[in-house]
Amino acid sequence: MKTFDYEAPVTIDQTITLMSKTRGKTLLLAGGTDLLVQLRYSNQDVDLVIDVKGIPELNQINYDEFSGLVIGAAAPCSQIYESAPVLENFPAIIDAATIIGGKAIQNRASFGGNLCNASPSGDAIGAMMSLGAICNVVGSEGVRNIPIEDFCIAPGKNALEKGEMLISIQIPSPRPNSGSHYLRFTPRAEMDIAVAGVGASIELDSDLNKILSARIALVAVAPTPVLATEVSESLVGQKTSGSLLEKAANIAKETISPITDVRGSASQRKHLIGVLTRRCLDIAVKRAVQVS
Amino acid sequence: MSNKRVVSSTINGQQVEFLTEPQQSLLECLRDTLGLTGSKEGCNDGNCGACSVLINNRLVNACLMLGIEIEGKDVVTVEGLADVHELHPVQEAFVLEDGLQCGYCTPGFIVATKALLDKNANPTEDEIRFWLAGNLCRCTGYDKIVRSVRLASQLMNDAKEGLQ
Repeated sequence: MKTFDYEAPVTIDQTITLMSKTRGKTLLLAGGTDLLVQLRYSNQDVDLVIDVKGIPELNQINYDEFSGLVIGAAAPCSQIYESAPVLENFPAIIDAATIIGGKAIQNRASFGGNLCNASPSGDAIGAMMSLGAICNVVGSEGVRNIPIEDFCIAPGKNALEKGEMLISIQIPSPRPNSGSHYLRFTPRAEMDIAVAGVGASIELDSDLNKILSARIALVAVAPTPVLATEVSESLVGQKTSGSLLEKAANIAKETISPITDVRGSASQRKHLIGVLTRRCLDIAVKRAVQVS
Repeated sequence: MSNKRVVSSTINGQQVEFLTEPQQSLLECLRDTLGLTGSKEGCNDGNCGACSVLINNRLVNACLMLGIEIEGKDVVTVEGLADVHELHPVQEAFVLEDGLQCGYCTPGFIVATKALLDKNANPTEDEIRFWLAGNLCRCTGYDKIVRSVRLASQLMNDAKEGLQ
């Protein structure tokens, strides 16, 4: 790795000041599982690496029914899946946190890092998108709340302006009779990157047969993880049935135009999105019925 | 231009101070600065687990951390497992079950196994294989490694019962 300077501030204010004072390139370090690999192999010039793991707001995992779940941007996957309120209320988050990397990676890699890294195949991004997450951002100009579907703007590029940092991700409390799931396809069961992935959350009416709301996110089939609004619209107001979910899966397939790369071909990805959407919706509906 | 910083942490039970440049990985610091060459460099990008160490009892890859990040932390490397007179039960089990061929991945597997058994004293074969998914054996000796982990679990449980 090329040389760089290192600071480990303990407050958000200190971090914002450091970012605004440094004239050259500044990078924020959370778990480092993507960042250090990128620095090692890209040979880019970086002036300052700011380690944000010492800032309390970035390590929090807080839940209350009123404000929902707040995941600090630097909280590692293992802290997320060991959290009782997350286990109880946000199954899609648990699904994603337990399939990212292996155990050693999960002890470091954060959801905030996954989001800022803005990979098209970010599992955590798909799961959080299906749950309607909001990104809490702070910069020298003040605070911004960015809906997660607007946060990733291109492969490896996010919506943060120079001098801004992601503090936390906020996920609304689950509605009554709702369920969520994140599912992906990888050639190897673990330690692999999604060829395609689907996150879904479904809210049922009190009779548990009509869909009141639905959010479906598709992963690794577009330049960024995407919200599939056409799929959601096809479900809302309808009675749950095998044929309805099948139809939604076909719509999901038609909304995407994936690329062919080392991990999979465009046609394989289209096929996978159909299969995964069907299975993911099925499990999200089952979970909605179970919690009621 | 040298930009060295002092880092103090506990490594294998001993208070240690060492100098590092910010861009040096923990693995470089352990091997090149501190002479702890048990942790191996395999892929240097977090895929192979040959550099597995424990930081505050959590399994991590030393290649995916900066040395400067362990300030104030408690680090255990493979060198810290055995005491002067006898091997750690995980090491003993790998010897008894022939859980190694070339041996390059072994320190990583042993540290990862210790982390597993500290958390789950009686893992199933599935749990063992899932937990060790972040460690690669280029000689492909996985069955013997899994057998070693099962024996280690038994040895550690027997030792606990012996104490009671």
